[in-house]
Amino acid sequence: MPLTMFEKIWRSHRVAEEDGLALLYIDRHFLQDGPRRKFEVLEEAGVGVRRPDLTFATVDHYVATDGTPPEALPEGRRRGIADIGRDAARHGIALYGQDDPRQGIVHVVGPERGISLPGTTIVCNDSHTPTHGGVGALAFGIGSTECGHVLATQTLWMKKPRTMRVCVTGRLPEGVGAKDMALAVVGRLGAAGAAGHVVEFAGSAVAALSVEGRLTLCNLSTECGARSAMVAPDETTFAYLAGRPHTPAGLAWERAVGRWRMLPSDPGAAFDREVAIDAAEIAPTVSWGISPDQVLPISGRVPDPDMAPDEGRRTAWRRALDYMDLKPGTPLDGIPVDRVFIGSCTNGRIEDLRAAARLVAGRRAAVPAWVVPGSAAVRSEAEAEGLDRVFRDAGFEWRQPGCSMCVAQNGDLVTPGERCASTTNRNFIGRQGPGSRTHLVSPATAAAAAVTGRLTDHRRLARG
Amino acid sequence: MRSFHRLSATAAALPEADIDTDRIIPARFIDRRPQDGLADCLFHDLRFAADGSERPEFALNRPGWRDAGILVTGPNFGCGSSREHAIFALLDWGVRVVIGPSPAEIFANNAFENGLLMVAPERAAVLELLGRLETAPATTVTVDLERQVVEWDNRSVPFAIDPRRRRCLLAGLDTLALTLAMTERITAFEAARGEA
Ligand code: SF4
Repeated sequence: MPLTMFEKIWRSHRVAEEDGLALLYIDRHFLQDGPRRKFEVLEEAGVGVRRPDLTFATVDHYVATDGTPPEALPEGRRRGIADIGRDAARHGIALYGQDDPRQGIVHVVGPERGISLPGTTIVCNDSHTPTHGGVGALAFGIGSTECGHVLATQTLWMKKPRTMRVCVTGRLPEGVGAKDMALAVVGRLGAAGAAGHVVEFAGSAVAALSVEGRLTLCNLSTECGARSAMVAPDETTFAYLAGRPHTPAGLAWERAVGRWRMLPSDPGAAFDREVAIDAAEIAPTVSWGISPDQVLPISGRVPDPDMAPDEGRRTAWRRALDYMDLKPGTPLDGIPVDRVFIGSCTNGRIEDLRAAARLVAGRRAAVPAWVVPGSAAVRSEAEAEGLDRVFRDAGFEWRQPGCSMCVAQNGDLVTPGERCASTTNRNFIGRQGPGSRTHLVSPATAAAAAVTGRLTDHRRLARG
Repeated sequence: MRSFHRLSATAAALPEADIDTDRIIPARFIDRRPQDGLADCLFHDLRFAADGSERPEFALNRPGWRDAGILVTGPNFGCGSSREHAIFALLDWGVRVVIGPSPAEIFANNAFENGLLMVAPERAAVLELLGRLETAPATTVTVDLERQVVEWDNRSVPFAIDPRRRRCLLAGLDTLALTLAMTERITAFEAARGEA
């Protein structure tokens, strides 16, 4: 029987099955500076970490991006960072602390160090863990108590998700990238449109994406409720992974690539749902509301709640426009913004910074604009290429790696009422700080917004 | 884990769809320890205006719903981040059951792991209950895990729940203890596949 890639990975990791739940073996477990409930679970059960060698910890949510050392942070954040340091040391888990060259946002660090590999199962106490599916892994975001279970047993009980294939065929138009594709997919499927499913992104437009683009695409799958997402590994994936610190080398590499070639879904494999999207119809996409599925092409206008297809959406759109302080019919292209944020596990990788820098070069920021690299490695790579100079010369702030203004947990806040063009993945009410108004955009659109002070079709600038 | 059999309580209605965990508990409170109490942060920015005064229109600020033991929600409740503080804040406030169609999966898992019952009857049944609470906010709602039904007035609607979860919740059994008893199988699995 032809199998999907998901099915192959699922089957090869099933330790046991009971009442329709599978006990899955977990190959990689990432930890962050979040609540330490996971370790309390161990302490309550009186057990240790089963596989510290498969567990990796980094600090990202609480770290300051202005270089403030952890000791100088306010109580709660200082404790968050100190806790993971202490717990990692006590259990023999590798820790990428604030000044470590390996530090960064967990979903940037995993693939970048070659820890996340095709065909592996990955979990992390973070909802954007499906990001790692960009290299062909099966990755799940789980709660902190479940993380305790994984620490203790290296396994997780899971109900088998359904499968969905999203085929994006054809070619993306010039100037349209992975983030636009991702936002368009979320808009098309809706905030809960992939709930209960593992999404496999396929089709020529997906195959044409770089691994970093695929990571961005899988990252946003969380915003349509997907349990996980993945892209089949191919030559692009192997070229990306080769030579990274944790990828196998020599003969082991040859053998691994041989195994990885068997992973893609077999021809004729059946998915529970299939969705087809024409890449040619995707434009630079921006969000206008308070849910990541409230998106439109930059050429669009703020929708009119009176024209909503149903009562539920009428209320939701009204609430969104009220919060976002937008009037129906306003062209999105031209909405003034107060600040710009470039970074996060969605768009904090080197290609994202390059795309932004290309537009910024030779121009000046019209509003406060921040660039927060996704990891220390991205930061030094960017500096080696001189991107930091491009941003600084244009008046941007060039900061230390971390989650920063994506979730505003480290004190990097969009102030109440401010409108921010942001390369992140969530535009929820108050996500970037109480009263913050977020427009989700691609790195190129964010750069264009920074230099014009408005949501802008960046293709106009590139041409001009 | 605390066991759960049956609860009869007043139920507060939050009919909006897609209530995300940032709304259930804003990220800035995540550095608080659950054991220090989180009830005051629950739905913080919906409950309170910027000046700290209560927003009277918010469900949990309505006099009859302040001690609601049950929340009845719209679809996709708990979407967004995986933060378990959302569960702890609800429990700390006194909510033991959340009723809603198609809740977000990580939220539902977190709820189960910590003894908050999340039940998802048919959407039409939830809409009916929401409608009832709108006209009769003091309605007592009963959630019976043994019989797998939600009841109010003379209505009784079924809900599905994974049998293993149901057993664990009824007995107050914790998943980890059960899995630790299977350690040999995990070891055998590791040995059989060599290294990942
Ligand atoms: S960058 Fe944002 S979305 Fe990504 S892990 Fe950090 S807080 Fe979560």
